[in-house]
Amino acid sequence: MVTEVDIQNAIVELLRKTVVKLPADIERRIRQAYAEETDEVPRMQFKAIVDNIELAEKGNTPMCQDTGVTIFYVTLPRECKVNVEKGIVEGVRKATKEVPLRPNAVHPLTRKNPGDNVGERMPYINWKVADQDYIEVTVMTKGAGSENMSQLAMLTPSAGLKGIKEFALNTVMRAGSNPCPPTVIGMGIGGSADICMKLAKEALLRPIDQRHKDPEIAKLETELLESMNMLGIGPMGLGGKTTMLGLNIEYAYCHTASLPVAINVQCWAARRGTVRIYPDGKLEFPIHER
Amino acid sequence: MNKMQKRLKTPISESDARALKAGETIYLDGVVYTGRDEVHIHALEHFEKGQKIPVDFRGAALFHCGPIMKKVGDKWEVVAAGPTTSSRMNSLEPQFIEKFRPGAIIGKGGMSQPTIDAMKTFGCVYLAITGGAAVLAAKGIKSVSGVEWFELGMPEAIWIMNADNFGPLTVAIDAHGNSLFADVNTKVKENEQKVRAKLGLK
Repeated sequence: MVTEVDIQNAIVELLRKTVVKLPADIERRIRQAYAEETDEVPRMQFKAIVDNIELAEKGNTPMCQDTGVTIFYVTLPRECKVNVEKGIVEGVRKATKEVPLRPNAVHPLTRKNPGDNVGERMPYINWKVADQDYIEVTVMTKGAGSENMSQLAMLTPSAGLKGIKEFALNTVMRAGSNPCPPTVIGMGIGGSADICMKLAKEALLRPIDQRHKDPEIAKLETELLESMNMLGIGPMGLGGKTTMLGLNIEYAYCHTASLPVAINVQCWAARRGTVRIYPDGKLEFPIHER
Repeated sequence: MNKMQKRLKTPISESDARALKAGETIYLDGVVYTGRDEVHIHALEHFEKGQKIPVDFRGAALFHCGPIMKKVGDKWEVVAAGPTTSSRMNSLEPQFIEKFRPGAIIGKGGMSQPTIDAMKTFGCVYLAITGGAAVLAAKGIKSVSGVEWFELGMPEAIWIMNADNFGPLTVAIDAHGNSLFADVNTKVKENEQKVRAKLGLK
């Protein structure tokens, strides 16, 4: 039987791996973009990024000082007796001290910082149940520089595909140099206002080299990515060939009278991690086993 | 590399700042103070009330940074210290430059026209350091001599850091009104037309 302490320790390990090392799909794309870049200024930015990726791994140190707020996606087996929520919360507290993570979570009005990344509804946990024997926990350590550039638009159905493209272009241009480009863009289409924003963030959980299984959505992902990379914003907004590393879309059916579209912006340090906790206590880190 | 690499040492005089040109790469030595949202708010409030602030920003390098710090014994050590998004300080920076006269601001993403104008008027430069590259940046910080306003929280406090060969830093806004970000924006606006054509937008 897995205990709450097992969960806690698994979360500390998950957070450590997540803030130290990028998923393979992201790192591969960054290195490829560096190789393709010819101008001196963006090449220097890419060199710093790649050097930093290596230094972080070597020193087992968080790659970016903004270790974000911790957004969790948990899938529980149908029978689960252990208090996973408490394990996650205490895991975040422990990881903040031990990894260490930057204490980022503050009260939104008083701005008081408790110093442990734990507060009202934070860490934030999304729950699902499935027919499986293990507990799966995915985390996104989401920085504010990119998150602050995120947008929601409640379009009218008549705005259609053009409206969606227009919104995407305007959002990326408005974000410009701010979100630590080259970015990854998560887009939500449909649902309702809240569902759409959630989809945009969940889109960031899919590897950027995997297209959506719906061919229409896949086509839009590719078209938007290729187009945005013609903007020339470049790494850190200092110009260059690569403005965006990837663009993923998730959709949901929506009301016949509405067309919500949302963008969640992610920086180049697009950190995500997953741990599977088996009944015998065995841990698997599918994103970081490489 | 066709541009000379320069070293810059704090305190940065007005003439030091004015000698730098947009596009140059430099490395910084000396004292660096971190300061972001809350430091700007509190420092300006103190100034309005005629109260002293705990550090002297004149000729200083102000780093838009909320680092991860770790206490080892009774000493603070830097774990990771990359830049934060400078544009959040757009509304306060012109006043901050006027009142406190830093010689350089280090950050990422650039700043808006009123700050560019203040930099030109008072002789200050904006040095861009790669966002997210926080371990690389921390390598250029040799020690931490102290912390002020710690009650604002670790990311928002004023950390007093000693830099040695801190960089590479790109002079992205110089004290003559030139901005690499503005140059890129002009190009992006031109490129926007091509992007619109490709997407079938007007």
